[in-house]
Amino acid sequence: MAWTREDICRVAALELKDGYYCNLGIGMPTKVANYIPENINVTLQSENGMLGMGPFPLENEVDADIINAGKQTITELPETSYFDSSESFAMIRGGHIDLSILGALQVSESGDLANWMIPGKMVKGMGGAMDLVAGVKKVLILMEHTAKDGQPKLLKECTLPLTGKSVVDMVITELGKFDITPNGVEIKELAPHVTLDEIKAKTEAKILI
Amino acid sequence: MANNKVFQNAHDAMQGILFDGMTILSGGFGICGIAENITEEIKASKVTKLTIVSNNCGIDGFGLGTLLHTRQIKKMISSYVGENKTFEEQYLKGELELEFSPQGTLAERCRAGGAGIPAFYTKTGVGTIIAEGKETKVIDGVEYLLEKAIKGDLSIIKAWKGDESGNLVFRKAARNFNPPMAKAGNICVVEVEQLVKTGELDPDHIHLPGIYVDRIFEGKYTEKKIEFVTVREE
Repeated sequence: MAWTREDICRVAALELKDGYYCNLGIGMPTKVANYIPENINVTLQSENGMLGMGPFPLENEVDADIINAGKQTITELPETSYFDSSESFAMIRGGHIDLSILGALQVSESGDLANWMIPGKMVKGMGGAMDLVAGVKKVLILMEHTAKDGQPKLLKECTLPLTGKSVVDMVITELGKFDITPNGVEIKELAPHVTLDEIKAKTEAKILI
Repeated sequence: MANNKVFQNAHDAMQGILFDGMTILSGGFGICGIAENITEEIKASKVTKLTIVSNNCGIDGFGLGTLLHTRQIKKMISSYVGENKTFEEQYLKGELELEFSPQGTLAERCRAGGAGIPAFYTKTGVGTIIAEGKETKVIDGVEYLLEKAIKGDLSIIKAWKGDESGNLVFRKAARNFNPPMAKAGNICVVEVEQLVKTGELDPDHIHLPGIYVDRIFEGKYTEKKIEFVTVREE
């Protein structure tokens, strides 16, 4: 029985450690915030210029000047600070953020990431993803194990344009949790009833056994 | 001390500075902290063949999106343009040039442009198509990419409060790209929600010193627009 999207977020949240500064990407990574263990203190950074992001506002708390990088309304916390975009990326590029959680189209066994562009389709842009993967200490990818057409997304080499080269440290999919190591992809945890054979069948990258 | 930076409205503030083919640097992230009064004035001026440096291109019918509608933009330098259908149409028809710059690189290119730094090395984009045609250098065993600074003819900026000397205070996440963009333009025009007398702002709480600001006026605003209102239940 593969993990649900909620399970994936819950497994990802266990990678957060007390005192971490984290940046959560748009989509499923944003939802990891809902599963942060209560006994640890994690500060969320939003690359549009905010450190210390609170939850979505109540209807009467909505403020057009408090948005996250996905342009959604959010709230501030007692520890919140604001700064400009060059400062924001100085802290990202400078290695001050502990963990970046992002989605992906493809990940290679050497940690290359492709998550911003499909040639021939409308290209929306990389936003802050290239800066995040280049600068943040640890990069965690949440994605479906295979594409909609069943093709593996964990590959020997990415075929889509890269967001960064050798930047991914860990991948969590509905089938399990995987470390990207210098020797290949190491299985750290399997979802319930998922077998090694299923992983092998749905993965092109070299699996360490 | 007014030192002649203060204008009555957007129309007066924009006199004599717009020309066809110019490069305009715009603050804002999405439609948060964008110079909407100035953008309306640029639209009314009918100035054309603009190169716009801005993280995003507004949305359909608001912000920089309105200048797409009137076909005044020739080229965009941005990190993300996904929120705009008109953009997509014009780009796919080949009517609009587009240069993608990663968000942090874009912010730093403008900051550098205003700080007298012609180019800088960064890890961002190494090994990607962003690196194509750019000089690379290995420093202490790590490969970096040389990115050139950006300067513009005009910066268009939105702040919360400003004084008659041009000192600015931004509000919350509406600061975003405004300070780096303000520093990199030959002329910087700022619209503020509240224009106050010099001396009324605490000097220790100024986010952008007035030296970067050439013209300032109090804008006219109705309700602030929000791209995605997201709320939680009680």
